[in-house]
Amino acid sequence: MSEVVLEIRDLSVDFPGLGETVRAVRDCSLSVRKGEIMGLVGESGSGKSVTAMACLGLVPPPGMVRGSVEVAGRQVVGRAHGELVDLRGGIAAMIFQNPGSALNPYFTIGRQITDAIVCHRDLTPRAARVAVIETLRLVHLPDPEIAIDKYPHQLSGGQLQRAMIAMAMACEPELLIADEPTTALDVTIQAQIIVLLRDLAQETGLTILFITHDLGVVASLCDRVAVMYAGTIVETGPLPELFDAPAHPYTERLMHTVPRMGGGKAELAYIKGQVPNMAHLPKGCAFHTRCAYATEVCREQPPAARVLGDSRLAACHHALGALHLREIADRGAG
Amino acid sequence: MSALLSVRELSKVYKSRQGPVRAVDSISFDIASGETLALVGESGCGKSTVALSLLRLIEPDGGQVIFEGADFGTIGEARRQRLRRNMSIVFQNPYSSLDPKMRVRDIVGEPLLTAYGLRGKEQRARVEGHLRDVGLGPEHMARYPHEFSGGQRQRIAIARALALEPRLLILDEPTAALDVSVQAQVLNLLRSLQDRLGLSYMFISHNLATVEYIADRVMVMYLGRIVESGPVKRVFAHPAHPYTRALIDSIPSTDPRLRHRLKPLRGEVPSPLNAPPGCPFAPRCARVMEACLAAKPPFDPIEQARSVACLYPLEQEADS
Repeated sequence: MSEVVLEIRDLSVDFPGLGETVRAVRDCSLSVRKGEIMGLVGESGSGKSVTAMACLGLVPPPGMVRGSVEVAGRQVVGRAHGELVDLRGGIAAMIFQNPGSALNPYFTIGRQITDAIVCHRDLTPRAARVAVIETLRLVHLPDPEIAIDKYPHQLSGGQLQRAMIAMAMACEPELLIADEPTTALDVTIQAQIIVLLRDLAQETGLTILFITHDLGVVASLCDRVAVMYAGTIVETGPLPELFDAPAHPYTERLMHTVPRMGGGKAELAYIKGQVPNMAHLPKGCAFHTRCAYATEVCREQPPAARVLGDSRLAACHHALGALHLREIADRGAG
Repeated sequence: MSALLSVRELSKVYKSRQGPVRAVDSISFDIASGETLALVGESGCGKSTVALSLLRLIEPDGGQVIFEGADFGTIGEARRQRLRRNMSIVFQNPYSSLDPKMRVRDIVGEPLLTAYGLRGKEQRARVEGHLRDVGLGPEHMARYPHEFSGGQRQRIAIARALALEPRLLILDEPTAALDVSVQAQVLNLLRSLQDRLGLSYMFISHNLATVEYIADRVMVMYLGRIVESGPVKRVFAHPAHPYTRALIDSIPSTDPRLRHRLKPLRGEVPSPLNAPPGCPFAPRCARVMEACLAAKPPFDPIEQARSVACLYPLEQEADS
């Protein structure tokens, strides 16, 4: 098996408040191998972004982080700010949903990318400028020699997202965390960014943790996917297998709710009920109040992750695992 | 079917320091009673400007808006206000379109008070009815918007829009801010309301899959102009304009095996400040010819109820 770039084990993030604690992330485990594009999918409030923040030690106070996150073999949880400086932007970089608010409007994009570069690499101003133009060319920003001296307001949303990706790629990180980078963009621009990230991963061997709520984006970009619900990962597996036969009822329902082209006028399915309040989670499985298959055991016991076959996991009491488990046992014996 | 709403050569030009911006450039369309017309296009193409000009929330610079047979530009203010009650709008973001300091009953009741002076018991009964229509109960009346989820808030916004019993509802990206599992509920609700109340919808969206679900006809806008219009099924199955084709090819499929079909369009929408002299789509079009650069293509009918603004439209096949 190839090298693991991101290893999250039993990660929990709590936000204590007045009288109640919001459990934003609960016992999450996930590992992303080198060169892999891992999709992290879930609805708003499912804990996707907090998980991403925790990967770079960026959970804001009063958030309390427990468990373990290793990026390229380095522990992130519990480290002081000073110990993480060369990790952030160097070994792992992050891009955000809204490039317009992630960049500083007072400085040219060239200046901002230069700042990111000289933070990690010892370069003369002239060499840094060359490096910036190089990264802008890497992300196919048109006319990089001119674009480098532009201010954020002079670029379009799609160009800004390219500039953000350039900044993230400037120090050749091993891991790129992309938090909904195409959600604020138009479909035609989104398609361009998807293809760009796909090419970057192929050419540079970049590892990407791609956070989104859009199953179509996951299908067209990711190698594997992890589905989050109410702060925990309910299912993980490779594509296209996971989308062909989702094992967790939540994944299955979620896939049905997406209106797709060619679907015509057939009534749309939806998931009844609402995402639970993260400060008062139901006993047992967090999804049981909305699940059609829920039984006594679901109401009483939180499900553990079950192995369903090659790198497939589902946290459901009713995931069809028995057969697969037997197959694995047979393979182990044979 | 007679048209409930007729729009003729509607234009809106915004003045800016760099020069005039033609946000909406002479567009014409009709909406029949009980029909849903979708307006699709990328950000900045003028979709919302069209919506706001219909409601006279912004004053158009040219053209006519004829609603229920009356030309909004020539009738008196009093009559216009009365007619305006038959038109309503639901905005994209239910987190900013509801006043956080008002209770649900006042949010939905306010139009009734303003338009008819209804208050007290009468108002309450009407508000309860409208909330029931959108799937909310009387127990929700005294609550504030922050006590509701996004999908429920959008239901409240819909109830408010229905309060005056309009005939035309303008839906400006009503599900763009919602999660998919909730989006489906709101779309189902909109369709059942239409069936029951005989409403006409103008559905503005950039999501073609939701358009396919809810709309009868679709208009595709690019840089302030309509480039293609026709029945949803025909247009999406056999687009005639290369831009419509490109929009469809940009949607990521939920089937990972079809990921190679994702074909990004090159370039970006040009600034309306220096729109190209010929076809607005020419700089990005893969099929561009010399004639496309010279003059704006006319918006011509190509078949029954279908028009396209392209000199070299894509080949049409018969529906299988």
